[in-house]
Amino acid sequence: MKRLLRPLINGILKENPILILMIGLCPALAVSSAAMNGIYMGLAATFVLVGSNLIISLIRKIVPDQIRIPIFITVIATFVTIVDMVMHAYAPDMYKILGIFIPLIVVNCIILGRAEAFAYHNGVIESIGDGIGMGLGFTFILVVLGGIRELLGNGTLFGLQVMPPSYKPVLLMILPPGAFLTIGFLQAIQRYRGGKS
Amino acid sequence: MGERFYVSAPPHIKSKYDARYIMHQVIIALIPPTIAGIVFFGGRAVLVLLISVLSSIFWERIILRIKGEKRPLDGSEIVTGLLLGLNLSPLAPWWIPVIGTFVAIVLAKELFGGLGFNIFNPALIARAFLLVSWPMEMTTWMSPFNGITQATPLTLLKLQHSYTPYINLFLGNRGGCIGETSVLALLIGAGYLFYRGVIDWKIPIPYVLTVGVLALIFKQDPLFHIMAGGLILGAFFMATDYTTTPITKLGRIIFGVSCGVITILIRLFGGYPEGVSFSILFMNAMTPLLDRWTIPKPFGYRTLGRNV
Repeated sequence: MKRLLRPLINGILKENPILILMIGLCPALAVSSAAMNGIYMGLAATFVLVGSNLIISLIRKIVPDQIRIPIFITVIATFVTIVDMVMHAYAPDMYKILGIFIPLIVVNCIILGRAEAFAYHNGVIESIGDGIGMGLGFTFILVVLGGIRELLGNGTLFGLQVMPPSYKPVLLMILPPGAFLTIGFLQAIQRYRGGKS
Repeated sequence: MGERFYVSAPPHIKSKYDARYIMHQVIIALIPPTIAGIVFFGGRAVLVLLISVLSSIFWERIILRIKGEKRPLDGSEIVTGLLLGLNLSPLAPWWIPVIGTFVAIVLAKELFGGLGFNIFNPALIARAFLLVSWPMEMTTWMSPFNGITQATPLTLLKLQHSYTPYINLFLGNRGGCIGETSVLALLIGAGYLFYRGVIDWKIPIPYVLTVGVLALIFKQDPLFHIMAGGLILGAFFMATDYTTTPITKLGRIIFGVSCGVITILIRLFGGYPEGVSFSILFMNAMTPLLDRWTIPKPFGYRTLGRNV
């Protein structure tokens, strides 16, 4: 149990992929215009992450070192195809919003990075824990990022009107610059807190 | 010779041109356009400018406290606040300047390290932020004296192909930002800055001339394009900011010409009627490259190479 939990908690806080490792920023910036997008995108990535980490840690002993990257990509692409098809079938609206970023999970830095840096060197249990932790850390930041941007830029949260009707939304926040600004602030807060303790 | 000679480490010559002096000169130079704006747009303009300057000072104090820096205010926040206020419509709601100065002072200036370290002109970043976020509030202009909403000359040109008479453009009797309308008042302020040696000709003059020449090439009225919109305000007061423009002679001329090209391109072919603020912001980003590219050769310097 401890072997599962340690990498799991590690991924959510201490080595959060977005705030600390600074990987996987492209989908984080692109799809975080609403909190709901964050949940779907995060869960899709988490599923792929856990699946690919599991398979790669299983086959790591038989994978030749020279061609490991293509093999990783093949494994990841398999899971991405599953997610892609499932979302297309059961969440078509969200599939339309996330669009190209679902297939692009294949080349998501977090997934390839964890396969290379963690699953390739660790056992099955730890790799699953790492996958869940990293995925949840990713999802958490996406939801926070999407929530802030949606609240300021649209006056809603998860699609519900939160701000009073007289509130004039900050259009910039749901445009790309808003993503950069918000993520910059989140990272600054993280550094500020980290520097204090 | 009763004076005592002090022996001290260099530098021995102290210039009065420190940040505070320059900022005060800019504030003095901004007085004519401010008065012109108040004359034409009345109490609403006073309100916008006042909120702008006061909130600017407020944000500066707050962010300095958060950053734990104990230094006196150097006047640059007043310049930023005033410039932003002059860049707003007199009909802007009260929260527009408050948010605008937050963006200018906190985001664009202090988070980058304060005066002298900011990459972009703070007032223009704030204006761009506001323009993208609240297009409605930022582009509702009023006609002078009577408070009826009216489009700016450039919008009129873009939508109705109608030219505003020169005399109205020159004196400022037209719709627009508080500070951009009166070319006469802006030129008085700019003349004062030239006289004091605070700004030089190398950015504003090429900028204005480029706009005029390009307008001529594209078969537009060059004088109209020079006097309409925020070109004079931008060229003489924004594109001459020390921090965000190149320091080399050639770099400054390239900066001015490029600003002019971008301005005309946006005005004639872009979606926005006015392109001065975006052109200056764009060239702000190019400033480090221009500086590196145009390092002057020291006297007697030659590259060792082929001829050796």
